[in-house]
Amino acid sequence: MHEWALAESILTTAVEAAEKEKLKKIKNIKIAIGELQQIEHDIFKFALGEIIKLQGDKLKGVKTTIETEKSTLQCRNCEHKWSFSDIKKKLNNDEAEAVHFIPEVAFVHTRCPKCKSPDFEITKGRGVSIISITGEK
Amino acid sequence: MEARVSVIEKRLSNIKRIISVASGKGGVGKSLIASSLALNLSKKGYKVGLLDLDLYGPSSHIILGVKDVFPEEDKGIIPPNINGINFMSIVYFTKDKPSAFRGVDISNIIIELLAITQWGSLDYLIIDMPPGTGDETLDVIRLIKKSEFLVVTTPSKVAMGAVSKLLKILKELKIPITGVLENMVMTKSSFVKNQIKEMNLKYLGSISLDQHLEDSIGKTDKLLETDFMKELDKIINTIKL
Repeated sequence: MHEWALAESILTTAVEAAEKEKLKKIKNIKIAIGELQQIEHDIFKFALGEIIKLQGDKLKGVKTTIETEKSTLQCRNCEHKWSFSDIKKKLNNDEAEAVHFIPEVAFVHTRCPKCKSPDFEITKGRGVSIISITGEK
Repeated sequence: MEARVSVIEKRLSNIKRIISVASGKGGVGKSLIASSLALNLSKKGYKVGLLDLDLYGPSSHIILGVKDVFPEEDKGIIPPNINGINFMSIVYFTKDKPSAFRGVDISNIIIELLAITQWGSLDYLIIDMPPGTGDETLDVIRLIKKSEFLVVTTPSKVAMGAVSKLLKILKELKIPITGVLENMVMTKSSFVKNQIKEMNLKYLGSISLDQHLEDSIGKTDKLLETDFMKELDKIINTIKL
């Protein structure tokens, strides 16, 4: 599973941020998963758990919360707005899997539903990111 | 908060040398040099990876004859082994359809690829760069601190005009430059060599225009036998890459 690589990036960044803020322990990490990346929470939680086991004291007992961020795509040409769920059913399995790995290939496999332009932007809900980290000094 | 950048260094940590094959100008043979360099080093017994970062116009897969493969997943994605080269390209995901990306998307794709690709241990990672000094070049400089640049030009004054700009910016940023390779030479001239010497950079050598090279595109066994590859091999041996 490639989610492992992304989970590792979340935890590495959290530890780096904690070191910068001189936190002894990280208590909570709130994670956003963009709708476009289509990552299942259970798989991601499992990957996080496995990596936490291998990490040092800073992450011992950390609570991770995952939120799905709904996607918003907006056409630069006609300004129409839509979400990935509106168009996902038009993708075949290979195309949906490609977007799962690299969300930007949505520009390759989909078009603006209104004017058919490939020139749109992902304004919300792209991929994996950290919303907040809390801990104790 | 962006998280992916934090693991990029780790993903590249077991690679001994990273060489970005770049040029200020398009159409000078960067992809052919990058693919051939990767093939040559692999045939010499080195563990080699090739990353095609030309996201609008990827072409290394055409040169290597890559068809119907997709990376496997194992704690990330594993570059498929193509004729001895661990090869990663956006084409696995675009299915070779036209790709219209803006700068911010280019950066996101590069970060994602670098964060999820598990190269393992390599002697060389060769990066096939797009032309110019745009997002891809700036991102490689920003994200791959240990990359050096092998710059390709043709004898043309027009090509050298753009190439010298890339060289100047790399020098200004103190990025290691392997040297400059002159490709597609038709008549002998010291113009490029003199220009490179004036910039206090290494002139790696020249490769003649090979009229039969096109016949070997997509056929790596044929590519290895071309005059182009023989001349490139001589340069690789001379400079002890």
